[in-house]
Amino acid sequence: MSTQTKGPPRPTHLAGQRRSGAEALIEGLKAQGVEVLFGVTGGAIMPVYDALYREGSLRHIIVGHEQGAAHMADGYARVTGRPGVMLATSGPGATNLVTGLATAIMDSIPVVAITGQVPTGLIGNDAFQEADVRGITMPVTKHNYLLRRADELPCALAEAFHLARSGRPGPVLIDLPKDVSNAPTTAPCPRQVSLEGYKPRYEGHPQQIHKALKLLKSAERPVILAGGGVILAEASEELRQLAELLRLPVVSTLMGLGNFPIDHLLSLGMPGMHGTGYAIKALYHCDLMLCVGTRLDDRITGVLDEFAPWAKLIHIDVDPSEIGKTLPVCVPIVGDAKPILGALLQGARGWESQPDWSAWHQQLEAWRREYPLGYQEKSDTILPQQVVQEVDRLLDDEAILVSGVGQHQMWAAQYYTFRRPRSWLTSGGLGTMGYGLPAAIGAKLAAPQRQVVCIDGDGSFLMTIQELATAVRYRVPVVVAIVNNRCLGMVRQWQHLFFEDRFAETKLEPPPYDQVAQAFGALGRRVQRPEELRPALQWALRESEAQQLPVVLDILVDPAECVYPMVPAGQPNVNFLTGAEGA
Amino acid sequence: MEHLHPISAIVLNESGVLARIAGMFARRGFNIESLAVGPTEDARYSRMTLMVRGGDRILEQVVKQLSRLIEVIKVSDLATDPHVERELALVKVHAPPAQRSEIIELAGIFRAKIVDVGRKNLIIEVSGDSGKVRALIEMLRPFGIVELARTGRIILARGQQVTAGRSRPEAPQRRRSPEETEITTEVIVK
Ligand SMILES: Cc1ncc(C[n+]2csc(CCOP(=O)(O)OP(=O)(O)O)c2C)c(N)n1
Repeated sequence: MSTQTKGPPRPTHLAGQRRSGAEALIEGLKAQGVEVLFGVTGGAIMPVYDALYREGSLRHIIVGHEQGAAHMADGYARVTGRPGVMLATSGPGATNLVTGLATAIMDSIPVVAITGQVPTGLIGNDAFQEADVRGITMPVTKHNYLLRRADELPCALAEAFHLARSGRPGPVLIDLPKDVSNAPTTAPCPRQVSLEGYKPRYEGHPQQIHKALKLLKSAERPVILAGGGVILAEASEELRQLAELLRLPVVSTLMGLGNFPIDHLLSLGMPGMHGTGYAIKALYHCDLMLCVGTRLDDRITGVLDEFAPWAKLIHIDVDPSEIGKTLPVCVPIVGDAKPILGALLQGARGWESQPDWSAWHQQLEAWRREYPLGYQEKSDTILPQQVVQEVDRLLDDEAILVSGVGQHQMWAAQYYTFRRPRSWLTSGGLGTMGYGLPAAIGAKLAAPQRQVVCIDGDGSFLMTIQELATAVRYRVPVVVAIVNNRCLGMVRQWQHLFFEDRFAETKLEPPPYDQVAQAFGALGRRVQRPEELRPALQWALRESEAQQLPVVLDILVDPAECVYPMVPAGQPNVNFLTGAEGA
Repeated sequence: MEHLHPISAIVLNESGVLARIAGMFARRGFNIESLAVGPTEDARYSRMTLMVRGGDRILEQVVKQLSRLIEVIKVSDLATDPHVERELALVKVHAPPAQRSEIIELAGIFRAKIVDVGRKNLIIEVSGDSGKVRALIEMLRPFGIVELARTGRIILARGQQVTAGRSRPEAPQRRRSPEETEITTEVIVK
């Protein structure tokens, strides 16, 4: 991946000139092309904030809670492809970032965290606001640093950005003791980074690409399973061309939604626990699966042996450890999806004859007809699926859809027409409730000209509701459409299906979110009747932009609605419930 | 099939590296039987020798997950390569005068050294492959082992081969091409 430095930096200090660690940090952030930082100040990070203040050109967003900063940086990164940056003080500030870092690493999102730390002389003494942040964040970062000397800073910062965005992207953290921020240094900002133990591979091995093409050509029932890696690698165009050239059906994972137009004739939609019946069937019966940028996680595969029992796998991934991790792979190809899909495309163009997969396509068509996505309309209540469909109808092609975690997330994934990469932000791997609002704010700040709508749950929204204050303070016009079922719906669904309706602690009775929003200074409206839904969404989209304010729609929906199809946990995917079973 | 694999890794000699590796093993549920760390011929690096139990799939993941860490420069699984393996143990054994000569004789058979002589105890130093070390310990057990310290195994590949010179897929220093490494670990479906 290329570096995102926008033109040569205009350093406040000439390279190698004497300045404080904190000043060197600001200089380095600017050299990396950083435009905006998300964070909260505090004792140990004060020198950095002071340097930020004195330098004056970097935008900083004060958040309500550091978790919000992490998700904002994450949302910013998912939209732009450039690392999002968060700042926090030592101890509680840094520990508040942990959920956000874990969210980012699970979805391979490039973010850089700078945390203050107590002075080096106090480290290990249980000093005030000391936490072992390096230790705590080791498992939730791609790499992390605890700096001991200001001279290490320019280099560590350049490495952090390089690591965050190259190879398999991910979060990187720098823990910066207060005395290191204050100490003088003349170490220059390096222009290039080279790490002996880190050499990601981009081009696929020609021999493996050759093998993959051979296997593909001899296949009778091929499917592409395309994940979030396609989006990270900016390889959607190559994917579309390859699929169209060979008429290969494409299944897009939750993280991959938008990597291939979901309304394309060749798209089979989403796989897995709440995937389409036809995607599940196609993966089960295929004899060749071209996996690209997906880690085949348990929500996709279900019972491993029954996921794709006849399939040979070709697996393209930039991270070799993902290949063969869950399923045996026939042709592993280590590298970046873009050049590798490009090479496959080129190879396939040279074929004299196209394989005849018409019988397979007929079968896929039959499954499509047999298992359509759908729900029973009711005249007196709004159904959650209708909320998604209305949002889909009203948004333009450039819009960004964000979600919380739960039923509403799955309905959004099922009923929204994803056409473009970097237009769907969801916490897929960690499943972090509370991701939605802050990620939406980060997204809108990254792309002010694009519509940003967060479809949220009443439970999820409550977890980071404080960021409404942030959106109001900076006048960030995002629309939050709360699919309010007055309960922790996804868990309630499991209780209904598998715990004989014992609804243990899932009834929420949340506060009136429209009024809460108004108290924060945002716009809010409650929506109850089906006929109010469209006008309310139109109002929200219009007024948010007109007044440059966030809008919260508290949409009351039928709490009994369940997400279907659904694969009961522990069962083979093909045993999915369609909802017509009378469960 | 589960085997005990000797894994050799060259890692940056920096603070926190051991914690990162140990944490990764714990988090992923990999089983380390022993771990030995020490400096190498080059002061920038340490060599870690890990004895890891698991089947082929697990071991493939162990090598890949180790390689993924930024501070890990090279990794190799030496299970199938000819290698020299050594372990050192210090055994403080109960040695009243009546049994002392028997113990010293035993140590002699194992080419172990008596490195400390006390009124009631002897400390014996033994080195060799793990089998030999274990055998001597078992022989000494009936006399009463007061304390025992073992280093864990250290390993080098025999001959021309450089011990941690492969299996890191992206490293430019690799001996084989990355795909060849992969092919050796590839499993053909059904
Ligand atoms: C931080 C966090 N805590 C708990 C969970 C477990 N969990 C998954 S879905 C869910 C319910 C979500 O409720 P809500 O946001 O209202 O969405 P709904 O399912 O009702 O659409 C819960 C509690 C989680 N994913 N994340």
